[in-house]
Amino acid sequence: MSETLTSVREDVPADEPSPPRPVAAEPTVTTLDECVVEIISDSGEGAQRCGQSLGAIAARMGNGVWTVEIIPAEIQPPARSIAGASGNRIRLGSGRIANGGDGVDVVVAFNEQVLLGRVRAGELKPGCTIFLESMWRTHSDPRIAAAYRETYEELVDRGYLIVEIPFEALCKPVVPDARRGKNMFVLGLLCSLFSFDLKLAREQVRLTFRKKSDTVIRANLTLLEAGAAWAEDNLDVKYRIPAQRATVPQIVVNGNTALALGVLASGMEICAMYPITPATSASHYLSEVFERVGGIVHQAEDEIAACTFAIGASYAGKCAVTITSGPGYSLKQEAIGLAVMAEIPLVVINVQRGGPSTGQPTKGEQGDLLTAIYGSHGDAPKVVMAASTIEDCFYSVITARKIAEAFNMVVVVLSDSNLATSQQPFPRPKFDEAWLAAPIDQSPVPFGTKPYDWNPDTGLFRRVIPGQPNGMYTVTGLAHDRDSRVAYDPVINQESIRARSLKLAALQKTLKPPPVFGDRTGDLLIVGWGSTRGAIEEAVTRARAEGLKVSSTNLHFLQPLQPGVKEIMQGFKNVLCVEANWCDRPEDKLIDENNRRFSALAMMLRSRFLVDIDCWGEVMGQPIKPGTIHELIRARLA
Amino acid sequence: MSMPKHDCLVRLVEDDHPLEDYQSGVPRWCSGCGDNAVLAAVQRLCRDENLRPEKLAFVSGIGCASRFPHYMRTYGFHGIHGRALPIAEGVKMARPDLHVFVNTGDGDCCSIGAAHWLHAIRYNMNMTVVLHDNHVYGLTKKQVSPTSPKGLKSNTTPHGAYLDAMNPLTVTLGVTNVSFVAQAVDWIPEAVYAVIRAAFHHKGFSFVRIVQRCPEFLPNMWDAWLRDPEKTLLLEHDDGISFSPGLQRIYKNRQAHDPSDIHRAREIASCIDPVPVGILFRDENVPCYEDVREAGTPRSLDMVKTGLEAELDKFTVWPDDEPAVRIA
Repeated sequence: MSETLTSVREDVPADEPSPPRPVAAEPTVTTLDECVVEIISDSGEGAQRCGQSLGAIAARMGNGVWTVEIIPAEIQPPARSIAGASGNRIRLGSGRIANGGDGVDVVVAFNEQVLLGRVRAGELKPGCTIFLESMWRTHSDPRIAAAYRETYEELVDRGYLIVEIPFEALCKPVVPDARRGKNMFVLGLLCSLFSFDLKLAREQVRLTFRKKSDTVIRANLTLLEAGAAWAEDNLDVKYRIPAQRATVPQIVVNGNTALALGVLASGMEICAMYPITPATSASHYLSEVFERVGGIVHQAEDEIAACTFAIGASYAGKCAVTITSGPGYSLKQEAIGLAVMAEIPLVVINVQRGGPSTGQPTKGEQGDLLTAIYGSHGDAPKVVMAASTIEDCFYSVITARKIAEAFNMVVVVLSDSNLATSQQPFPRPKFDEAWLAAPIDQSPVPFGTKPYDWNPDTGLFRRVIPGQPNGMYTVTGLAHDRDSRVAYDPVINQESIRARSLKLAALQKTLKPPPVFGDRTGDLLIVGWGSTRGAIEEAVTRARAEGLKVSSTNLHFLQPLQPGVKEIMQGFKNVLCVEANWCDRPEDKLIDENNRRFSALAMMLRSRFLVDIDCWGEVMGQPIKPGTIHELIRARLA
Repeated sequence: MSMPKHDCLVRLVEDDHPLEDYQSGVPRWCSGCGDNAVLAAVQRLCRDENLRPEKLAFVSGIGCASRFPHYMRTYGFHGIHGRALPIAEGVKMARPDLHVFVNTGDGDCCSIGAAHWLHAIRYNMNMTVVLHDNHVYGLTKKQVSPTSPKGLKSNTTPHGAYLDAMNPLTVTLGVTNVSFVAQAVDWIPEAVYAVIRAAFHHKGFSFVRIVQRCPEFLPNMWDAWLRDPEKTLLLEHDDGISFSPGLQRIYKNRQAHDPSDIHRAREIASCIDPVPVGILFRDENVPCYEDVREAGTPRSLDMVKTGLEAELDKFTVWPDDEPAVRIA
């Protein structure tokens, strides 16, 4: 292997600067508590696959991991463009990691333009180490070579530590298409840099390419070894992030895969969907595996058909799920109203993205909370839950189906693109028969059974399923009475609205109060929901270490709200909602108490509890950083 | 709740269902509305085929015709405007054991639900779909529909409809996987019954267009056809429909048409004068989507457990004392 590499090194043009560090016999090993790595490239160069594999290997090592995808909106953005940066951020730690962290410590970049994109976005920590593909320095197009040199100088001036490496040249002897193969070379380099067990790395590469031919797997293994060997020979530094191998089995998946696994585990058999970013990858994975357990993924002709197809299946006795993102969620609204009115169980997963309209398809935002709660027309009560971790994505779907069937309701599960593409290990779920749906009830019912026999206290009733003798009735989206007959009686419409509303209260009585992160009393309580949880809790931990009296809570149920929220808030002098959606800034000239638009959760909590809750939000299209929230806490409590 | 044994025995002898077993309520359609003719034919079909009422699901959208399920003593789903077909597809996919019928109007099917219509033809799921085509919006009080004749003065086209009418038959016959297309007119009850019966017996997406009169908003559109039997073309075939001698005496304009001939079917479909009545096209060999997708395959707890465990294995990091990784 080293022979090959030696010969490659001779191919490197003479004016190619060698890495600034001399070959060291024994590299110094620096122990780190955590490290943030980014691998960025043009689209299609495999940086994401490299990053995800690194994350998985780290998890196998027993490190805490959180990975974040960096995705351009286009399939093939122009090569070497600032906007085209594609790749992955991997935050590695010795303990549990629950978000992507603040700045980057180590970057691998396949060209200087995509790197510049990350620099401009302020993502690099001062003094960050950059491993940069050096072939552009001697590119035949003088403009490209000049651009490279210019950026190189700029970054050196800024104090970054740049290690130029001719990745493609080093990979050429191993694979015919070095442009696409260098990602595994980089994986090897990083495994060596972080002192990872190469055996685990090989296993991961085999897993990553399990669907490919043996030839492809062998080529990638060779690249992995080559990258590791090159690093051993050429880098004089190594890091070690102490790891603790888990004592229980862990699974490493992203949020969308966790959602799909949740669908599998929930006992649902039908998923009707229409492709939309960033939700679709959940359906991709589900399509691959669902049939094996007797399930069907139906790609409908549009979002409306996907939702109504699911409603039809649910009506017929098999609770179904539809998976979508913002614009698709808007299109489904009328159909969701139908399911609410007809009281047909339905699980709707909305992997939120930046909006309104086409917005930021690949970027995260928590902009759909109010639409989820108040969407559709008329009074359309439905259950809204938000997943706050990858593990939560799995279990939320199981819970959602249970609630949908028990209460004959629509249950909306909110995720977002931050969770969708991020990976984090969590304890391997233990299969439980109770997750699955009961067989379809086809027993006869007594003649005269009322299909909507609303319990006057809870609004609940036992649903009759097509095929049950004597139970025949027609469901309708029209206002209807207990017999499902069109309501011409003026009283019955109000009675049925009351019954559907009461179901939320009935569910609310079964919920537990949300846990408080930190002390139950203090100066500031941060309330969040969904994917911001990891960053909020890390910021709270940092602030508490400085002696600040701050705690946080994360609401799993947004409609109905879990009990005890008011009591939790009463333990604090101030309450602040932190969300990835917009709220007007009080410092803006025109904004005053008469016109300020609050963030979504703040608006709800203010109206429910009559508490003067403040809010702060950010819609930068990227996960809110723990450092940002930490600063916010300091500013509020200083 | 399980069925006591004697109930099963009673069921065997009492399994004959009279017409009343399929009737529910008093239809609120106008007198003279074609929907009444379709309802009568469908209820008769259910009786003649002795269908178990609990095994029937009538799905509809919004419009006059979409009130249909309310008048059947079966399971029914009165949905939202334009979406009857995808709802019915979901029902059929979940429950291939149910007989699924769809009742949809010209606005519901050919306008707001047009996308679903095209794709439903392509899915070719086993269901009987009746397009109640009265060429005008009735429930919302006389607006132009895609099948309205050019020049129709409606509330949204007071100066006359601007465009030529869409022909639902040619559209249907143009879509991949079309497997059954038939037409009848509401003033020949025998034909309405015959085509719906043939549609019911076809395995696949059976599309039946019933040409209807709207007594309220478009009462005279078909007067000429009613006055002159020559303006009706009966399609007959050994593989299609044979009409009664009584009907043959009135409607002398008859033609032998082999329903397997799609090219001829398209020619016949493009003609409205004379208006064709009978089966235009039938192909028994188009696969049904629910069969392709193996809907209704029994699913065991073990299957789900094994499948889920195998998937979880793929992503599992095992502790040191367990195998490091299991590769699928």
